[in-house]
Amino acid sequence: MAIKTFSVSTLPGFTATAVIVFVALYLPILTLVAYSFNASQSVAIWGGFSWDWYIKAWNNDAVKDATVRSLLIAVCAAVISTAVATMAALGTTRRKAFKGQTFIYVMINQPLMVPEIVTAVSLLILFGMVKQVTGIQGIGYVIFAHAAFCIPFAYLPIRARLEGMDLTLETAAADLYASPWQTFRHVTLPILLPGVIAGAMLAFVISLDDVVITEFTKSGGQDTLPTYMLGQMRRQLTPEINAISSMLLALTIVLLTAFFLLTRKND
Amino acid sequence: MSQLNAVEARHAVKAFGQGDNAVRALNDVSVEIRKGEFFTLLGPSGCGKTTLLRLIAGFEMPTSGTILLEGADITYLPPNKRPVNTVFQSYALFPHLTVAQNIGFGLEMQGRPKAEVKATVDRMLALVKLEAMAGRKTSQLSGGQQQRVALARALAPSPKVLLLDEPLSALDLKLRREMQSELKRLQTETGITFIFVTHDQEEALTMSDRIGVMSAGKLQQVGTPREIYTRPLNRFVASFIGETNFVPATSDGSTLTVAGGYQMPAPAATKSGAVTVTVRPEQVKLTPTAEPGTLPATVRGVVYMGTDMNYQLHLADGTEIEACVVSDVTGEAALAAGQTVGVTFTPGSLQVLED
Amino acid sequence: MSAAEEAQAAQSVRNGWLLSTPALVILTLFAVGPLLIVVVYSFLAPGQYGNVEWKLSLDGWRGILWTKDIFDDTYGLADANVTIFWRSIKLSILTTVLTFAVGFPTAWFIATRPAKSRALWLFLITIPFWTNLLIRTYAINEVIRNEGLLNTVLIKLGLISEPLRIIYTDTAVFIGMAYVYLPLMVLPLFAAIDRFDMRLLEAAYDLYASRMQVLRRVILPIVKPGIIAGSILVFVPSLGAYVTPRVLGGGKQMMIGNFIDLQFGQGRNWPLGAALSLTLLIIVTAALLIYVKYANRDVSNGH
Repeated sequence: MAIKTFSVSTLPGFTATAVIVFVALYLPILTLVAYSFNASQSVAIWGGFSWDWYIKAWNNDAVKDATVRSLLIAVCAAVISTAVATMAALGTTRRKAFKGQTFIYVMINQPLMVPEIVTAVSLLILFGMVKQVTGIQGIGYVIFAHAAFCIPFAYLPIRARLEGMDLTLETAAADLYASPWQTFRHVTLPILLPGVIAGAMLAFVISLDDVVITEFTKSGGQDTLPTYMLGQMRRQLTPEINAISSMLLALTIVLLTAFFLLTRKND
Repeated sequence: MSQLNAVEARHAVKAFGQGDNAVRALNDVSVEIRKGEFFTLLGPSGCGKTTLLRLIAGFEMPTSGTILLEGADITYLPPNKRPVNTVFQSYALFPHLTVAQNIGFGLEMQGRPKAEVKATVDRMLALVKLEAMAGRKTSQLSGGQQQRVALARALAPSPKVLLLDEPLSALDLKLRREMQSELKRLQTETGITFIFVTHDQEEALTMSDRIGVMSAGKLQQVGTPREIYTRPLNRFVASFIGETNFVPATSDGSTLTVAGGYQMPAPAATKSGAVTVTVRPEQVKLTPTAEPGTLPATVRGVVYMGTDMNYQLHLADGTEIEACVVSDVTGEAALAAGQTVGVTFTPGSLQVLED
Repeated sequence: MSAAEEAQAAQSVRNGWLLSTPALVILTLFAVGPLLIVVVYSFLAPGQYGNVEWKLSLDGWRGILWTKDIFDDTYGLADANVTIFWRSIKLSILTTVLTFAVGFPTAWFIATRPAKSRALWLFLITIPFWTNLLIRTYAINEVIRNEGLLNTVLIKLGLISEPLRIIYTDTAVFIGMAYVYLPLMVLPLFAAIDRFDMRLLEAAYDLYASRMQVLRRVILPIVKPGIIAGSILVFVPSLGAYVTPRVLGGGKQMMIGNFIDLQFGQGRNWPLGAALSLTLLIIVTAALLIYVKYANRDVSNGH
């Protein structure tokens, strides 16, 4: 006869709930991906397997245009935010706490605390004024808006890495005749690098995913992939949206897996 | 004169915190460390020994006072400009560099030619017997091997002084013994001045040419291991190094009366009045009966300790002391608890303390 | 301190500020500064074709809850606005409660896996977390729309003959928000449970506690900081949600976020939009302050 063993960490119904949650999390995503291979014109009826929507999306100039713009914005925003976040992380760690440090923390984390829609309308107003006064147009507005809200995401992993870093290593470098710059170049930066890459990847994904702030700061003809999709959802739905979503999803998973491996390997 | 000294600290004070919260980690410490000697700073944790080391290395600046290196004032010189290297307690090996790259780091930072760097690294690898490990990452090494890399890295630039901050504390007992003789060998071979920080009195006694005992931010006594052990100046030094007994005594300037009974000539310059003397347990001699000229004592307890027998004794004036006697072959106690015995001391073994 | 020590300390502080400056400049120009313009705009009068007229007016703030009668210029409660506020708060609370109810067992499940598979389970929660919000909202749409997976399956099974009308209702927005914000609840809960010392359970069972008593009297009080963090992380973005109600609510079941958007679009009432934005910001800040207070109290109690 089987004996039911008592496990202290088991709570009634928890495992079942967890399994249902994981199914519920992935079922919609899998459905979305499945429908991207639907041969039927309508999203409603399954018409057999086909790559048509991927081909269609690939040949859609508006999609291509939005994709290139999304990537351009994400790369620029990631580079800018990672650069300034790295500097800020170096400035706010590994030195004695100073007056104003809390202010810097609050400033850096501000984008995490303010609802996106609020930031979005504030930038809409600001950029409207600037455009009217200077007449300057262009994608720069969106890039800097993205760079700003990406800063906390880039900052957190870099700061975590710095805080986990043995300060004695820099002392040791100074002891071995390294100037402050040489210490940074030969010791701090190489050890910090995984954190910087992780921060840049997070910033990149966050920028790529943004809908609300982009929607409010873009000018006509500056659609990114998410705002293009949002616009399409208002019109008729075709499995082309599913195909685009699936590709974006695949890109996210690839980046995340890389991030996951990168941060784990260096523990 | 100071040219003979490798390092000299003059009235070094280091305070942490400000105002009423300020803690003086170093409180007016002056010390001269001679060229080529193995000098140990010994004391319990928080006594200021590591702070003094960090002032010499340049990681901290003194609140007041001066640090001299071969007679030159280096008090405010940054660490990368001082020909002084450190072996860190945690080793602080660069995790992203190989063993050879770690050892060559200091030379590269100094901008030495590649060939010279390589030659020195090879020489250092041979010196610490790690030739086979040159290409390894430091995380792949054992604790003892990491320790040797840290040593080689600090020795590679041929510093004038090598600072060692409790470098053996992370090693197990067997490895620590090995490294002690290894360090001694390296010091003799290189002729470099070693300043070694430890809280382990045995380590200090076996390795050092001279020891500076520190407590509460002050240097208590400087001397050879023998001087420190046999002639402690004060209660702290006497009790921190080895086991000891404190016995009250009175002095009239020429004669010392110990524990109200035992008389002996007082050492020169002994002040008159009540003093404290210290005597090591192994210098306490016992006779089976309280004969005249001995201090009568009652045996309170007997502890068998292998090579020695330890007796706890109660003197007539109420003082408790310990005596350590080599066991006889049978391991039987010669004296039993409750027995009255006579106590004498090895001539010259009594040390009158300053406080 | 000696002069040299002081100089060194001052240098360290100066470097701290200097290194932080580029980030602070970008954040001031593109995150914090613009909020001040919103404050100014909330006190101006609406322009006829959008934007504002530069004259002082409190109508923006008044318009949050009150509406001016067209005929006699008296103010009455704006029912539509109240409905939107109520919906936002109701749906946000429901979302928080539901995500906690299912998120806690999930976090517990992950935290009690063996070390090796735990990383994988955690990764499975993280993927949706980092997946585009729009895509996740659209994925829920795929399930609950009239011809979606749910209705198709139910009809095929013969359980219903007509599709359930879920899409474009409050329920749709609720399901959508719970779906997209669930990882935000699970991750901090996991972090708290992961730190939980499972030996405490042995102690509790040893002292005759039942499973429910262990949960209520031991586990929940200890992981409370994680519960508060998760609740804030779900409640705050729910309250300011824009994409999910827009896609799943079909433009009718508006929440505050969409209402703000409306003022800058068809509503042509920028001051009201600005005042609404600030109201949202104030509610969110209040929630965060409560969180900080509780979090700090828990820390101080812990020692």
